[in-house]
Amino acid sequence: MYGLKSDVALDLPSKYYSLEGYEKGVARWCPGCGDHAVLTNMQKLLREKQLDPAKTVFVSGIGCSSRFPHYMNTYGFHGLHGRAFPVAEGVKFRRPDLDVFVVTGDGDCCSIGAGAWIHAIRYNMNMTVLLLNNEIYGLTKKQASPTSRIGTVSNTTPDGSILPPLSPVQTTLGVANASFVAQTADWNPAHMYETIKAAYEHKGFSFVHIIQRCPIFQGALVDEQVSNKDAMVYLENENGITVSEEIAKTFKNKFNHNPSDLSEARNLAMDTEKVHMGLFYQDKNAPCYDDYGASNLGYTVEQKEEALNKELDKYAI
Amino acid sequence: MSDSTETKEMPATKNSKAIKIDEHIVEIVSDSGEGAQKCGVSFAAISAKMGNGVWTVEIIPAEIQPPARSRAGASGIRIRIGTKEITNSGNEADLVIALNEQVPYGRIDQKAYKEGTVMLLESKWATDASDVIQNKYAEALADFKSRGYNVIEIPMEVECLKIVKNARKGKNMFVLGMLCYIYNRGIDKGETQIKNIFRKKSDAIINSNIELLNAGYQWASINLDFQYDIPVVNSGRDMVVMNGNEAIGLGVLASGMEVCSMYPITPATSASHLLADVFKNSGGLVHQAEDEIAAVGFAIGSSYAGKTAVTITSGPGMALKTEFLGLATMAEIPLVVINVQRGGPSTGLPTKVEQGDLLSTLYGQPGDAPKIVMATSTIEECFQFVILARKLAESFRTPVYILTDANLATGQQPFPRPKIKKDWFAPPIDQSLWKGDVRPYEWDDTTGMSKRPIPGQPGGQHTLTGLAHTKEAHVSYNPDENQESSELRSRKFASFQKTLKPPTINGADKGDLLIVGWGSTLGAIEEAVGIAQKEGIKVSSIHLRFLSPLEPGLKEIFQNFKNVMTIEINYSDNNENPQFSESNKRYSQLSWILRARTLVDVDCYSNVEGQPLSPKRILGVIKKKINT
Repeated sequence: MYGLKSDVALDLPSKYYSLEGYEKGVARWCPGCGDHAVLTNMQKLLREKQLDPAKTVFVSGIGCSSRFPHYMNTYGFHGLHGRAFPVAEGVKFRRPDLDVFVVTGDGDCCSIGAGAWIHAIRYNMNMTVLLLNNEIYGLTKKQASPTSRIGTVSNTTPDGSILPPLSPVQTTLGVANASFVAQTADWNPAHMYETIKAAYEHKGFSFVHIIQRCPIFQGALVDEQVSNKDAMVYLENENGITVSEEIAKTFKNKFNHNPSDLSEARNLAMDTEKVHMGLFYQDKNAPCYDDYGASNLGYTVEQKEEALNKELDKYAI
Repeated sequence: MSDSTETKEMPATKNSKAIKIDEHIVEIVSDSGEGAQKCGVSFAAISAKMGNGVWTVEIIPAEIQPPARSRAGASGIRIRIGTKEITNSGNEADLVIALNEQVPYGRIDQKAYKEGTVMLLESKWATDASDVIQNKYAEALADFKSRGYNVIEIPMEVECLKIVKNARKGKNMFVLGMLCYIYNRGIDKGETQIKNIFRKKSDAIINSNIELLNAGYQWASINLDFQYDIPVVNSGRDMVVMNGNEAIGLGVLASGMEVCSMYPITPATSASHLLADVFKNSGGLVHQAEDEIAAVGFAIGSSYAGKTAVTITSGPGMALKTEFLGLATMAEIPLVVINVQRGGPSTGLPTKVEQGDLLSTLYGQPGDAPKIVMATSTIEECFQFVILARKLAESFRTPVYILTDANLATGQQPFPRPKIKKDWFAPPIDQSLWKGDVRPYEWDDTTGMSKRPIPGQPGGQHTLTGLAHTKEAHVSYNPDENQESSELRSRKFASFQKTLKPPTINGADKGDLLIVGWGSTLGAIEEAVGIAQKEGIKVSSIHLRFLSPLEPGLKEIFQNFKNVMTIEINYSDNNENPQFSESNKRYSQLSWILRARTLVDVDCYSNVEGQPLSPKRILGVIKKKINT
């Protein structure tokens, strides 16, 4: 009486995860480092999505940004320099039930790990990838990275670097089977939040290039990046990444770009004058290698035994 | 031959005239692409099915289609068959079938033939349109005769052209027919074999090959005045016959592992070919990675997520994987690494045998990276060790390495059909609640062992790291912690070593000489030691399966022998040659380890000729050592 029937099944979440549920320890990055903002946003995203910390894996390589997993109360794999992608692929291959995130830096991803990066794009496995690009090697104390601008003075380029920087967005858009490529910046946390959220919601290899400050080794660049509001262009489109009107208003420049237009996306990525913020490209139908990985899960011991016996029959004499 | 109905009525085999022998070594040598290996493997399978002991070894050039009629391009197979079990590829061949007169030279350079070797030589080159070829043929023929080979010229091409338009494709089955006659194998067994190997082909192809088989058999029965009889002993047991890489592939199935992450490399790749074919129907998958480093990284990721994976490679691939292998030790991730060793250094001898990766496997990683290393010495062990490796990897939370080599990879040997046990297969991934008070590296002080939390286990969240870390998996900032964790990681292998038994001694437990071997040389060493023992030499041998940690009791065994030496297929300095002396001699790889472990003056014999060691060579080494 005056209650629920005994056979009513209420679909209640078994547990609510608060922000604290995703936090671990005190981040040891330098004050003012852009990594802090990414960490906070990521913890918020996990709370919004109510991801089970036990079923979430953060994989990283080596470098400042790769310390990221240590500050998440999830499973984490802080591996080798440049090798986050193969590990993340192996994690995801037979575990479709796990949410996999990769956090990498410009040295880790675009230099020592470039080979693995190219192929990770092509595998298009369902994972969210954050490239924290501060255009410098931080943890090894200020060496030019492949994304450093011409003239970057560092401990290995005391007279200024002489090569043009590699554009992570342009490179990613050049690889077959790229399926989600977006760009944001650490000093616009609201835009970053919407970007990593869209990335998480995309099924496939969601590549987010985060332009990132290093106040210690790239102090001058930070000021230039943050203050140069003329260079920032907000990519708006009904299929793109939408931020609140308040945030959108902060952009002086806007450009309507359809994220299914690969060729325009590539042109935008090659523009060295402007910094485009938002979704460059999305292909929801690109084949995912993890679908192959999950194609024959769950064989029982009996089934495996039967299969082995069948094979042994072929060699029987 | 013109009347095809007659081909079924074979002349009665001349068993009464057949020469009775215990064993024979047969070689088929040809240009690449003439199907010598298919012929040899079929002949071996027929012989094994009849109950003979068999060992095969493939002769593989470095290229896919090297220039025709060249010494370096010799492609083929050696088949040693006998009444008893055959454990190695033996000494010189007794009978050779050569499809041109140049390819035998590739084998003559390797001292594969002897005076009296019967050589069945394709005669078409004698009347070739090119004078140069005619002359070369005549020269070689005279040379073979002067070397004492018993050369029989056979018009194989002419006979095959009566049946097929392109004799290059099909001559191998004519040869199989001849072999079936010469060794009295029964034409029906040849036909059954052809139906089996060509089962995916059309009836027309099967029939044409059977016709060629019959033609070869018929030709031999009419024209050859000899036959051999190698009596068969029926073991009464169910047997299987396969090569080492096939055994590894099936071992992976039997282990219950579900992921093989690899990158193509000779001579390891064929194991992954087998898996690519059969895994899809047995609950596993092969991942061909973009490179060797990614292959092991992927395997480690899979292992970390609960499915212990295997990566299969060879020496150069191992070199590339090194950093990840160190991580697997440091972060204590179970992993099975199979190294089908080939000749080095660098690209070296990709299709040839060497046991050159022992030290790099043991010591190749930065810092201290202890691990379990096993070496297979038979085809059966290639199967069994994979099952064991998966279990050890998980129990001891460590990478486990299996060293095999090019000799085992393509060598075929029958062995008792494995009786499958359910506990071979990996259990499902543990997703139970992780006990809150157990830390991710809760090392047991006595054993060094710990249990690992697997993603998905609630409460087990931690961040694995390759940095020095605490029991909580936190980055360590305390100087004592790296010392302590290093010791605990080492201790678990000491704990494991306590469970091993001392090796079995082949022969008396004391004497003048003890031979120590590992890997594919087992059969050849034991055969040579057996002959030496019969000649009254006080020699025994042991063969190691565990190289890290080493099997116990070695020093005690060594002390009962006047001399101890290893016999290996890798490089060592010879003090008889300029500049080398005891003060700078670089020993073969196992002898280094044994000298350090036992403080016994362990000598060595080794070479890097890329060939399996023959019993004859080993017998020579034994006699030389005894007499000095």
